Amino acid sequence: MNRPESLTELFLAFSRLALQGFGGVLAIAQRELVEHHHWMSKEEFVETLAIAQVLPGPNVVNLSMMIGDRFFGLRGAVVALAGMLVAPAIIVLALAAAFDQLARHPMAINALRGMGAVSAGLILATGIKLLPALKKSPLGRPLALGLALTAFVLIGLLRWPLVNVLALLGGSGMFLAWWRTRP
Amino acid sequence: MTTPVDLLGLFLHFLTLSLLSIGGAITTVPEMHRYLVDKTGWLSDTDFTSSIALAQAAPGPNILFVAVLGYNVAGLTGAAAAMAGIMLPSSVLTVTATRWARANREHIVLRAFSAGMMPLTLGLIIATGWLLALPFLRADEHRWSTLAMIAVTVLLTLKTRLGLVWMVLGGGVLGALGLV
Repeated sequence: MNRPESLTELFLAFSRLALQGFGGVLAIAQRELVEHHHWMSKEEFVETLAIAQVLPGPNVVNLSMMIGDRFFGLRGAVVALAGMLVAPAIIVLALAAAFDQLARHPMAINALRGMGAVSAGLILATGIKLLPALKKSPLGRPLALGLALTAFVLIGLLRWPLVNVLALLGGSGMFLAWWRTRP
Repeated sequence: MTTPVDLLGLFLHFLTLSLLSIGGAITTVPEMHRYLVDKTGWLSDTDFTSSIALAQAAPGPNILFVAVLGYNVAGLTGAAAAMAGIMLPSSVLTVTATRWARANREHIVLRAFSAGMMPLTLGLIIATGWLLALPFLRADEHRWSTLAMIAVTVLLTLKTRLGLVWMVLGGGVLGALGLV
């Protein structure tokens, strides 16, 4: 595993990552942090994301602060946060200022549809790519895959609120993991 | 109906929502709507919805829809007040909790926590992709072309090292040309 050399490198890496993320940054975060920079393994990525997910706040922004904090302490967390937010905020506010003209243009609406379809595909592919991380799960692969599938059905198909799914599946997953690994 | 814009009120509203936004701030959207549209009348229904759509289409984390909401209420200071409110409590908690977790990494409860949560996290990612794809599956127009585009994106991401941003821009260009 590599690590960022300086706060500047950290800031630029997260800015680069955030600016590539249309319709969410998760897919890009996986590609950049795991495959490009090698700052963390696939398993570490899912593990960190799991913690980021139960904490309040935007998942990928939480993830970036956790990584910044790991390499450079509090300064790193603040710099990573700034990297994620500053440049995209400038762009999105400029767009908001121009929105009235923009929204009436049919070409813009068509372009947004095309970009929306691609970002859906990117997130699906990220999920598929990360699935092998379950191989190393102490739950054993069949049980871990079963829990992942149930989570998909409850959230994607039955539209349960996230908090209920976290309580039910997170709770049973943790209990089973504890049961299997207890000394 | 409309009450005068009050920056402190805006900041405090987002501050209280911050710790409730488990799974991302998007889960507290109904509460933001109640406050900004129904209670104070600072935004119209259309402004509210288009603020969120705009932020999702722009590059960067989706949380920036909060900045756009704040901007449409009170300009740049509104954007800063709303973002500071939504980010402060959750960021402080994240850094504190992460440090505690790192110091106690070998604790059996934490090991069980991360092992138990991993499958859920993966299921959730795939469900998110599914929910984003769903409106395209349901639309009568453009259904097959957008579906094909989603499938091609999945394949390109899994099988090649093509930069993801090129795929998004490519999707935008194909859409703008009326091909998707």
